[in-house]
Amino acid sequence: MFSLSIVTPERVYCETEVESLVVPGTDGYLGVLSHHAPLITALKPGRIEYRDAEAKVHTLAVSGGFIEVSDNQVTLLADTIESGDEIDLDRAKAAHDRAKERLQKKDSDISIDRASAALARALIRMRIYRETH
Amino acid sequence: MPTLRDVKKRIKTVISTRRITKAMEMVAAAKLRRAQQRVEQTRPYSKKMDEMLSNLAAGSTGEIVHPYFEDRPIKRQTVVVIASDRGLCGSFNSNVIRRATDWLKDSPEGEIEIVTVGKRANDFFKRREWPVLADVSDWGGVLDLNKARDLMRLLTERFVTGETDRIQLFFTRFLSTVRYKIVGEVYLPIPKPEVDEDEGGTNLDYIFEPSPEEIYAALMPSYATTKMVTAIVESLASEHGSRMIAMGNATTNAGEMIDSLTLDYNKARQAQITKELLEVVSGAEALRG
Repeated sequence: MFSLSIVTPERVYCETEVESLVVPGTDGYLGVLSHHAPLITALKPGRIEYRDAEAKVHTLAVSGGFIEVSDNQVTLLADTIESGDEIDLDRAKAAHDRAKERLQKKDSDISIDRASAALARALIRMRIYRETH
Repeated sequence: MPTLRDVKKRIKTVISTRRITKAMEMVAAAKLRRAQQRVEQTRPYSKKMDEMLSNLAAGSTGEIVHPYFEDRPIKRQTVVVIASDRGLCGSFNSNVIRRATDWLKDSPEGEIEIVTVGKRANDFFKRREWPVLADVSDWGGVLDLNKARDLMRLLTERFVTGETDRIQLFFTRFLSTVRYKIVGEVYLPIPKPEVDEDEGGTNLDYIFEPSPEEIYAALMPSYATTKMVTAIVESLASEHGSRMIAMGNATTNAGEMIDSLTLDYNKARQAQITKELLEVVSGAEALRG
């Protein structure tokens, strides 16, 4: 068991004791169990899974952020984080279509970077929504 | 001695003014509640981010390599002043502007350019000797994340490209509904996070994925945005708080004024009745001969 606190710029999303945690690091998904070595890494858009004290698995969509593991205390700074129920599917779909359209136009490098990041965020939201409904 | 009608008219005016100040007080109170919530919600994130940055600095060996930390000789400084779009909020705007001008008059190094946030700051600085580089106004009393991000992008870009060598930020920190503190701090370069040697717990041997440089590259823009957002959110809460108190005072004063005017009105009315009575009585006396 170790403690996990998920904080977003808008609010403290949750502070809880968890059994295990899986997060999307920039170099790929990584798992955290208790007594994990100290670690700091950036996150990319993806799925976060944690198993709470009652062995219930929670699935969340994250759009990027950072995680720090130290001494059985995990701090997750997320840009945005949502569970399946909190995801606005219509909005995600709209963002997905908009990003796709922008990618096809291929204006400048910056807007391509932004559009592909937006696309990745929209895709992960849609996937988590489908999985939980 | 004002006539009855004049006094009545004044009472009416003051009553309608009181109605307005009362309404403004209530609106400000509602906005303050939301802004205060926002302040409380953003604080944990920025605190954790500070912690993470100092742990990152403590854990990564060697020099920190990120442009935001670059402390170079000052040729030009950018001064960011965060005030409000609207007035009627007591001394909120004049306090922060005075603090900034005091600092400016202390003849800081290098050339100066100003970035104003809020119409009131812009109104003030556009008529002064310092050039205004940019203005971010029309917040409507709430935080607009996109505007905050654009502002952060503008500032960091200028700093990274060497257009400016230091960015000074003036804003109002929200302590409580009646207490604010004007803060003047350096926004960029970011002071190197202090490594606390004595505290054994933080000096852990961190694993960095992918590498400290890349984590810095990802973390620093978020950090700069968070700092800007925090400054704006705190200023907004202070603005609404100041306005609520200013309007509360105005409402109380209007009430006192109505009381004293009503007293005048009653006195004038009484005087008139007495006068009329006297006239009737003396008229009757005259007739009786």
